[in-house]
Amino acid sequence: MSDFTNVRPVVWHSRGILASQTGYVALALVLLSLAMSIISPEFLTIGNLSNVLTNFSYLGIAALGATVVIITGGIDLSVGSAMALSAIITALLFHGLGATSLAAIPGAVMTLSVLGGMGVGGLIGLVNGFFIAQVGLAPFVTTLGMLSIIRGLCYAITSGQGVDINGADSQLFFRLSDGVLFGLPVPLFYLVGLGLLMGMLLHHTARGRYVFAIGGNERAAALTGVPVTQIKIGVYVVSGMSAAVAGILLGGWLGSVPANLAEGYELHIIAASVIGGANLLGGVGGPLGAIVGSALIEVIRNGLVLARVNTYWQDSFVGAIIIAAVCVDRLRSRAGR
Amino acid sequence: MALLELHNIGKSYGAVQALSNVSFSIEPGEIVGLMGDNGAGKSTLVKIVAGVFPPSEGTMRFAGSDVRFQAPVNARSAGIEVVHQDLALADNLSAAANIFLGRELHRQIGPVRLLDHAAMERRAVELFRELKSETRAGELVRRMSGGQRQAVAIARTRLANAKLIMMDEPTAAISVRQIAEVLALIGRLREAGIAVLLISHRMPDVFEVCDRVVVMRRGRVVANKNIAHSSPQEVTGLITGAVEAA
Repeated sequence: MSDFTNVRPVVWHSRGILASQTGYVALALVLLSLAMSIISPEFLTIGNLSNVLTNFSYLGIAALGATVVIITGGIDLSVGSAMALSAIITALLFHGLGATSLAAIPGAVMTLSVLGGMGVGGLIGLVNGFFIAQVGLAPFVTTLGMLSIIRGLCYAITSGQGVDINGADSQLFFRLSDGVLFGLPVPLFYLVGLGLLMGMLLHHTARGRYVFAIGGNERAAALTGVPVTQIKIGVYVVSGMSAAVAGILLGGWLGSVPANLAEGYELHIIAASVIGGANLLGGVGGPLGAIVGSALIEVIRNGLVLARVNTYWQDSFVGAIIIAAVCVDRLRSRAGR
Repeated sequence: MALLELHNIGKSYGAVQALSNVSFSIEPGEIVGLMGDNGAGKSTLVKIVAGVFPPSEGTMRFAGSDVRFQAPVNARSAGIEVVHQDLALADNLSAAANIFLGRELHRQIGPVRLLDHAAMERRAVELFRELKSETRAGELVRRMSGGQRQAVAIARTRLANAKLIMMDEPTAAISVRQIAEVLALIGRLREAGIAVLLISHRMPDVFEVCDRVVVMRRGRVVANKNIAHSSPQEVTGLITGAVEAA
């Protein structure tokens, strides 16, 4: 085998995950957490950590789906609205199915309601995917329109109010969505599980590779026989369904679903993905990035709250972190050239 | 027996006659240069052979049977591959991933079929060794030189066991040092018995590596001769029209 005599092995800290934006952000996360545990005695309390982990799980789950879309070079601005509509439909199904004979079968009402909610998320994704992949519209514009359409539906269906989750299976649902397992909040387990699933699909299946190929060079992917339209529709369905899972879990935590659930959340979701290393131009990103990015945003928000900073500053801080994260990544790649 | 035979191929787009009466053949293991100015019809001809669209007139025979491709995938399964000018590679994937794009190798783990990264890397390393190219299978295409990227594109056609590889301006956008590497790669294809149709406007490259040259002008073939019986001056004249035919 030919020997590359003028090439040394790359040093460990300039290779792989440690040299990527995800690695840098993970490091920042660890340092920030250490700093906060020293500065504020409240940070490491069980109550506070539990809150942080719970909040970051919802963001992370939605960011997982958003990241897959971003890897193809697209974007999904409708995720916040999708979270809300899915949760609303789930709550309504609880009411509707709870009044039927299905209520007698333990778990039936809950299972069907949750599946229904996830179906709504998938349907929103299907509509997005159809217009983007089949008709050929720009992702930004399409999902921006859907954001408003779906949010409007949320208000219309609920007449501007909320829908409570009660009746048959509701207690079971709350335990499975807002409970505690081994001392950790349940949503965290869903996050880790979905993250592992997504990592496996993206890195170890042909379809996952096609997602990256489309983001890297869509024309090349099409020429080599990759089913581009199918995959593109698929990623929006994944995004819609992840948003649905996040929304349903959030509804379980709140106990009822207001029409304005997750309003404006899409920007945080995309911020989490981008901070975690997903490149909006496409071709780069992963579940670890989505999780790390969400964690960083949530830890910063928590830090601002513990420091008694005016909550209005939170958005400014998150925005500043987005710019800082991509700046650091730019400096790093320029230094390596 | 000729590998590819074109008989009176014609293609018109409304008022424009892009190709008329194009006839020539390519033998297995032969390297044929296809030259002509912009608008001569080279790209149209390549697209017809590659199966992007069928001709308006004429017939084509490949490996002994009449063919009329409706889609590129039909041409590919017959053994015709194209290396495009921009190589059609995904920068963010490795060389091995690009080679196997659309044709991934899998392994079965219980009920699931997962990518077999090790097998794909091994096969990619083998292909590069056959092409005598210093390209690393696991490296991202983004970090590769023009010659290495060309090797990846060619390795992809080798994977498909192509019998005819059509290359569109393979030496156009790369450095002088890498041109020699690419021409050597093409020579290696000839050794493997694969026919190559080389579209190029670079006279020195055509005269160095090709066995025969076909010159087109305004949709017609104006010359089809052994490279040893021609010269760069004659070919230039044929392209511009100073020499009517040869």
